[in-house]
Amino acid sequence: MKIHIKNGHLIDPKNGIDSKKDLFIAAGKVVAIGNSPDGFVANQTIDANGLIVIPGLVDLSARLREPGFEHKATLESEMQAAVAGGITSLACPPDTDPVLDEPGLVEMLKHRAKQLNLAHVYPLGALTHQLNGQEITEMCELTEAGCVGFSQADVAIKDTQVLWRAMQYAATFGFTVWLRPEEPYLAKDGVAHDGEVAARLGLKGIPAAAETLAIASILRIAKETGAKVHLCRLSTAEGVDMVRAAKKAGQKISCDVSANHLHLTDFDIGFFDSNAHLRPPLRSQRDKEALSAGLIDGTIDAICSDHTPVDDDAKLYPFAEAEAGATGLELLLPLILKWAEDNKLNLNQAITAATQMPANILGVAAGDLSVNSNADVCIFDPKKYWKVEAKALFSQGKNSPFLGLELAGKVKYTLVNGHIVHQST
Amino acid sequence: MQNPQLTNDGKLKHLLSIEGLPKAIIKQILDTAESFVGVAEREVKKVPLLRGKTVCNLFFENSTRTRTTFEIAAKRLSADVITLNVSTSSQSKGETILDTIDNLTAMHADMFVVRHAQSGAAHMIAKHVAPHIHVINAGDGRHAHPTQGLLDAFTIRRYKPEMHNLRVAIVGDILHSRVARSEIHALTSLGVPEVRVIAPKTLLPENVEKLGVHVFHDMREGLKDVDVVMMLRLQNERMAGAMLPSSQEYFKTYGLTPEKLALAKPDAIVMHPGPMNRGVEIDSAVADGKQSVILPQVTYGIAVRMAVMSILAGNS
Repeated sequence: MKIHIKNGHLIDPKNGIDSKKDLFIAAGKVVAIGNSPDGFVANQTIDANGLIVIPGLVDLSARLREPGFEHKATLESEMQAAVAGGITSLACPPDTDPVLDEPGLVEMLKHRAKQLNLAHVYPLGALTHQLNGQEITEMCELTEAGCVGFSQADVAIKDTQVLWRAMQYAATFGFTVWLRPEEPYLAKDGVAHDGEVAARLGLKGIPAAAETLAIASILRIAKETGAKVHLCRLSTAEGVDMVRAAKKAGQKISCDVSANHLHLTDFDIGFFDSNAHLRPPLRSQRDKEALSAGLIDGTIDAICSDHTPVDDDAKLYPFAEAEAGATGLELLLPLILKWAEDNKLNLNQAITAATQMPANILGVAAGDLSVNSNADVCIFDPKKYWKVEAKALFSQGKNSPFLGLELAGKVKYTLVNGHIVHQST
Repeated sequence: MQNPQLTNDGKLKHLLSIEGLPKAIIKQILDTAESFVGVAEREVKKVPLLRGKTVCNLFFENSTRTRTTFEIAAKRLSADVITLNVSTSSQSKGETILDTIDNLTAMHADMFVVRHAQSGAAHMIAKHVAPHIHVINAGDGRHAHPTQGLLDAFTIRRYKPEMHNLRVAIVGDILHSRVARSEIHALTSLGVPEVRVIAPKTLLPENVEKLGVHVFHDMREGLKDVDVVMMLRLQNERMAGAMLPSSQEYFKTYGLTPEKLALAKPDAIVMHPGPMNRGVEIDSAVADGKQSVILPQVTYGIAVRMAVMSILAGNS
């Protein structure tokens, strides 16, 4: 299968391309950029006039809900959603049921994903057995089965000795440890940022210190053990400052932010909108601005969707009892575009945070359109507005704090390994 | 964002919170309540304003006083009243709140009076119910207890009519108190220039000053020259633990004694939403003293709840 994508505006941050250029694909690989290779006869030509052609997006946090939570979402529905959102590679956290703590489960997930032949799935294995924070998992076996890193999902390790040992062990083999920094005792039962809104609405708050205390311990233990650490979904201004300082001091560390937190604050909870019940909580305007600034100056490496499909019933509870999370795969690209526009950034810079940077963190061959790279491509119309509503989403999760909003940026084609896996009119 | 408790033309549709309620509506409720105070003194303590209507008291959390006063208020308005304590029935069978609501709606309830342990429960129900149904929040988690806030404002207005010239102190567990939040909004909306909160740091929410209050940790300082002292109930489970060391120490530091009350204005009134913990937050000598208006609060509570229900029914 040979595909010629013509007349599109090509953006490939890694190769410094940001201009109108054709893309030539054969046998699942990019074979040429700009001029047609000798003797190239396309089986299919995609006219990308007026569209933007970028490497398929790489999402560092997408819950697919399989195994165990098929009533919330299935691999099939969520992989469809991923490619509909232009995402061609994604990392999924291990908080499934059963937890991804055994090689067999990881192999099965990889196998199921491969059969669907949509996006590439990179599972994160559990750092501890059952995420119990006590016994570390068989990280070598899990890596062989296909895990690209080890995570505790949303369950913090309370015992710092275990955290220390887990990082030591991971460091032995050069595995990356993915941690969402949250001190579990300070965050206990909290459902919202511990600020004015929580005070008004009478919701139990999670102070910013829950994040900064955890970052402080993680950074320290990482330094002592030499573990590679990726901090997931920063939410506070002080957290960004700490990571900035650590990076400046030469510590090898990466981190991401969810697209939700670049756009929303705790005020978006409004009158107890359970769709705005997220983890970590939406924080203040000041935090939001600091996250944005951190992303612009490179303190934060990547933007993720933090895709967490929740079934409707689980949201039909009072705010605190409603399950946390929002659907995100199909909103990632529009939210990145909006973020770039709001901050007057060129697209090149914004797209890096969802292509090249996350691919580097995952350590996988993705996120660029170099010659001979996998032909994972997203082609989108940056000016096409669409309304976020249940029927517009492929994801089984229809829960979003952006429901009802019109967002610009509609994916027209998604290619994975040189095959068109999504196309919209 | 549209205020979910108002109709499109700005009338009261539900009473969920005092926050965001126009001053005119608060005044309308208080003025209407004035007209109901006398009903209880008549030989026939009834008016026919809610005749033929069904009021459903839905208590997902235990309550005696609030439930009883709502029941009496509805009955004095001639409504049919059903009271359900759901905390022990459907919830344990796994029925969701909204299923419970749907079932009662199918039985043609016209008004729901709802209490729930979670903040936002009344908002969620109000969003869900059919357009002709009214929801009154009788306390949701730590968020709001609007009729209590209104009856407290009503009581203050009766004793201290010049509200724009008052200094009010609210003392105790502000962090967990829906009553405190509703009182603060009611008083600031009605133009009380200085509302103080007095509590240890462990019992105050972050950014509480954003609610428009002055924060004091020293009770003696906080009570100086106030016109009204509103005490809050300290829940048993908070009396010892990480929030407070003991009820004895609490009484010593934040309990209202005659000696501390003497720091307030000589004609200051003392209020408490009940039920009281004598010897924990309030000394019996104060609770039963001549400055106490705790029992009138209960009496006015019925008038205020009648006012809310009749206004809602009138806006159908």
